[in-house]
Formats: sequence, structure tokens, C-alpha cells
Amino acid sequence: MSEEFKLEIVNPEKSFLSKEDVTEVLVPAYEGDMGILKDHISIISFLKPGILKVFSKNGEDKYYVEDGIIEFKDNTLSILTSSIFSLDKIDRSYVSQSLSDTEKLLSKEDLDDQSRFLISQKIDVLKSISSN
Amino acid sequence: MASLDDLKKRILSVKSTQKITKAMKMVAAAKLKRAQENAEKGRPYSEKMNNIILNLSNGISDKENAPKLLAGTGNDKVHLCVVLTSDRGLCGGFNSNIIKKAKAYFTKITSEGKNLKIITVGSKGYDQLKRQYNDKIVNKISFKESKNINFFDAEKVSKIIIESFQKNQFDVCTIFYNKFKNVITQIPQAQQIIPLKSSETGNDNEKDNYEFEPDEDEILSNLLPKNISTQIFKAMLENSASEQGSRMSAMDNATRNAGEMVDKLTIQYNRSRQAAITKELIEIISGAESL
Repeated sequence: MSEEFKLEIVNPEKSFLSKEDVTEVLVPAYEGDMGILKDHISIISFLKPGILKVFSKNGEDKYYVEDGIIEFKDNTLSILTSSIFSLDKIDRSYVSQSLSDTEKLLSKEDLDDQSRFLISQKIDVLKSISSN
Repeated sequence: MASLDDLKKRILSVKSTQKITKAMKMVAAAKLKRAQENAEKGRPYSEKMNNIILNLSNGISDKENAPKLLAGTGNDKVHLCVVLTSDRGLCGGFNSNIIKKAKAYFTKITSEGKNLKIITVGSKGYDQLKRQYNDKIVNKISFKESKNINFFDAEKVSKIIIESFQKNQFDVCTIFYNKFKNVITQIPQAQQIIPLKSSETGNDNEKDNYEFEPDEDEILSNLLPKNISTQIFKAMLENSASEQGSRMSAMDNATRNAGEMVDKLTIQYNRSRQAAITKELIEIISGAESL
């Protein structure tokens, strides 16, 4: 039991998910994927587009996130994000729509490296979702 | 005195007005419930966001080089005021209260010799401000088309604000909205969002040692624009709950007043009907007597 910690995912509109029995969370942090276990050091980081994996006793849940901030403190992981979708329920048409939108963005020339990186990340993830 | 027919018409018209206000009250009550729920659901996000910002700004070692959104431009000359109002009327003193608060602030600012810029969100605020402050209004935004308050709208507003901040078009930004306390009470609020006021980020006696990835500055510069969207979104949610609450109590009053008016008019109607009958009787009797 001691291996579990609390996970909260909040949207601007509502609380998206709250779980007490999480054993591990894999977040697509800005500087690379990051696995968080119980008693992790307090950390603040932000997310890049990617797949968020939540492991608990009952198995594994996957979510697609576009951006967000994570904060881990006192064995509570808070994830603030404005766009998160459960991978099981994600709308195919949304994925393809979003994919073509982001590809259009990439073709613009006045991008700095950072946003170019984020956009290509997003495209990769979206492609992998749609190919599944 | 009005004739019987006129009175009858009047009673009818008041009654139909009452029907409308009653229906509006019902609608507002239903919407209020939803708006209130939304406002409550949105709270954790903005609270958490505030907490993180607070922790971050405490963790920043080099205050001098802090992002401008946090520290300000160092000047205090141009004030941008974002006035959030509703798109619809018939909601009691809701809009007037915000405008009153905002106008008091405007007068203070201008008397101190500072420049004023206004962005109005919601058409009612624009209508009330354009007469006096037309030359100060730099932008007007209205979300009449969107049915529900959503985060995208808030992001649109904050984008406009941040863009003009980056062009150095203002130094201080304040938003005006109504804070929802309960159905009867809404408190007009002025909240400064740029630079972020340290008093509003809460107490800083518990300091945590966080690990940051990437470093504080980068997170902060990423987070602060988001925080502005969040604050605006929060204000919009509070505003919509306040609007419905205000409308509900205004319509409740209107319904009651209409009821009182109907009662009064009905008494008047009955009296004059009785008077007419009595008059006719007297005429008949006196006519019969004279024969």
C-alpha cells in the first residue's frame, strides 16, 4: 500500500481525474519522458505533447496531452492541462483535424526552434495515435 | 379616472410582463446553477496555478531579471483596464456595478496624470463606456456567439493583452469583474494581473524546495501567460455566475412588483365597476321617482 500516491488532473473547466491509488505516472515532460514514483522529490515541470501513462493496481490508463504543467509535492501529483483526452475515447476526427492543423503550422517559416520542436513533437504523437 | 376598458387592458399588459419576468427568473435560476457549478469546478485549476507561480517566484534568485510579466516594466505610466461585463441586459445592477467601480478607478488614474487604455469584454460594458471614454477604448471583445464560457475565449483575451504588453503598450493591467458571493450579493472586483501583485499570490511563509526542469526562468516565462488566461477565465466564470444571480434576483423583484401592481389595478377596476353600477342604479331610481 505504501507504494501508492495521489494523482489529480485538472482542466480549467473542471477536475478531470482524481485518483488515490496510483503507483506510477509516466509524463511527457519538456526535457524528456519522466516516470514518477512515490516519494519523488518536489518538482515542477511542464509538458510537451505526448502520451501520459497512469499505472495503478487496476492496470494502465493512457491519455493524450497537448500541454500542461505538473507539480509533485507531498506525494500528490497535480497536472494542470487545458487539453487532455483519454486515449480510449479520443475522437478520430479530432486527431486527424489536429494533425493537419499542426502540419500547416509547421510549414510557416517564422518559427523559433522551441515552437518548431513542440510542433514536430505533436505531429509525431498524433501520427502514432492515428496509426494505432 | 381611467375607463374600465383602459384598466382592463392595463391589467392584462402587466400580467403578460409578469409572465415574461417569471420565465426569465426560471431560466436564470437554471443557468445560475450551472454557472455556479462551473465556477466551482474551475477553482482548483486557478488555485493550483497560483500556488505554483507563488512557489516559483519565491524560488527565483535573481529578482532583477525576472520576467516582465511578473516584475513589471518598472514604469507606472500606462494603465490597461479590462472591463468584463455581460452581453445581455435585464440583470439588475450587474453591469452598472462593474462600470461604477471601473469609472472610479479611471478617474483616479487620470487624475494622477497617467495614461488610460480600456478593453471591454461584453457588449454591455462597451455601450456604457463609449460615451465618456470612447477615445480610450482600444479594443472591444464580445462572446455573444459562444453559448458557454470556455477556455478558448479566455485565451483569446489574454493573447490580446500579452501581445500588446510585449509591444510595450502598457505597464499595468487590471481586470474588472463581479465576484460571485451569493445570489443577492456580487462584489465588483478590480484585480491587477500585470505585474502580478505579491499580496494576491498569498502568504509565502512556507517555502518548498522544488526541483525545476527546465530552470525556473523558463518555466516562469511559460507559465505566466497561462496564468493570465487562467485569471481571466476565472473572472469570466465568476462573472457569468454573478450575471445569472443578479438577473435572477432582479427578475424575482420584477415579478413581485408586477404582482403588487396587478392587485392594485384589480382593486381599482372593481371599485370603478361598482361605482358605474351604483351610478346607473341611481339614475334609474331617480328617473322612476320623477315620474
